[in-house]
Amino acid sequence: MYEFDWSSIPGALPLLLKGMLITFEVTMTAIVVGIVWGTLLAVARLGHNRVLAYLATAYVNLFRSVPLVMVILWFYLIVPQGLKAIFGQNMGDIRLTSALVAFALFEAAYYSEIIRAGIQSVAKGQVSAGLALGLTSGQTMRLIVLPQAFRNMLPLLLTQAIILFQDTSLVYVIGLSDFFGTAYKVGDRDGRLVELLLFAGATYFVICFSVSRIVKQLQARFSR
Amino acid sequence: MAYNWNWEVFLQPSATGEGTYLTWLLEGLKWTVTLSLTAWVIALVVGSIIGVLRTVPNRWLGLLAAVYVEVFRNVPLLVQLFIWYFVLPELLPGAMGDAFKQMNPLAQQFVSALVCLGLFTAARVAEQVRSGINSLPRGQKNAGLAMGFTLPQVYRFVLVPMAYRIILPPLTSEFLNIFKNSAVATTIGLIELSRQAQQLVDFTAQPYEAFIAVTLLYLMINVIVMFLMRRLEQKVRVPGFVGGK
Repeated sequence: MYEFDWSSIPGALPLLLKGMLITFEVTMTAIVVGIVWGTLLAVARLGHNRVLAYLATAYVNLFRSVPLVMVILWFYLIVPQGLKAIFGQNMGDIRLTSALVAFALFEAAYYSEIIRAGIQSVAKGQVSAGLALGLTSGQTMRLIVLPQAFRNMLPLLLTQAIILFQDTSLVYVIGLSDFFGTAYKVGDRDGRLVELLLFAGATYFVICFSVSRIVKQLQARFSR
Repeated sequence: MAYNWNWEVFLQPSATGEGTYLTWLLEGLKWTVTLSLTAWVIALVVGSIIGVLRTVPNRWLGLLAAVYVEVFRNVPLLVQLFIWYFVLPELLPGAMGDAFKQMNPLAQQFVSALVCLGLFTAARVAEQVRSGINSLPRGQKNAGLAMGFTLPQVYRFVLVPMAYRIILPPLTSEFLNIFKNSAVATTIGLIELSRQAQQLVDFTAQPYEAFIAVTLLYLMINVIVMFLMRRLEQKVRVPGFVGGK
């Protein structure tokens, strides 16, 4: 029978915490950029400009049909090479930057779908009322539709944030030391992979489960 | 930008001497598709059972199913995969663990990825099945019971078949997800599509062609699955019900 030895975890906590900060950095960046860029995409898809709507649709469909692992690799292995050919300089360690860019652009596609549904859930009369009051269509969108849409879709946006938080562990493929990457490295170093992986899983579970409870309460309060 | 495009790279003999680089791509495609389809079978079977258990009038079974769903949904897929691949063989009783470690590496990778992906997706399928069953009017279950069906028969002949027809659209997106999620198996070395993309970069020095080709293959899988599922949706749609969500 396997004998557990958890002794390498306490000493590694500072390292793991440092990893967790990177995990949070990637998550927060992707949430903020993803929601802003996703909102623009959603508005473009629903707007009157045919070309913009088409481009936004193509963007969203492309990112939603490709695995996240591939997107991370694209922005680590392929895009920087193109940039190097243009700017012709050594860019140093680009792992964090490329992870940030990949996650932000990838999540924007998913957020844009949520936001689009949110915008469509706002009653049509609201838009007409805004226009009748003399607001431009841009003002109606910004001042009337979007605030209500965001209120409706807050639970979904948060649920997506939980999924995103879990997905950040995939930066493992480019060797970035986020929480999971650090746990793996420490486990590998000390020959205690079993304990470290179980510890990582438990940590993710506690965080995600707690946040999803909060989201559920929020949802119950909103639907009243 | 001085980049030498060379699409003929796929026709060149590969570094291992077996076939061309195109063979590598197809090999990757084969494993991605095999892994996803077999994992989907596990996901459907386990997911249906767990989903049904969440709706049966028994607190313990319901709790058990709820715990399953929460555990598999709140731990990242990558962590689950590593637990199946690195942790479980250590924890299995001696002989079984050793037997696993003595299988050839490809079989080890495939089995771990298969179980991981299947059970992970099962939790998502279970949630859909549950919401499908809950969305049915109560009268359906009562009518079944009034006809003299036992509860398992009501589930088997009335509730589950109806639920499946209603939840087909969200199931389609889970089906698409399983193909995308299968790319995670690259981390334990399974030679599926995204692994082959990285290998081609290392071996051919034609990174753009390799990545574009692999991305297109993923898009192609997406389009084909979507097309087939649309056909199926039209066929089994329940008249009078607004499908899914």
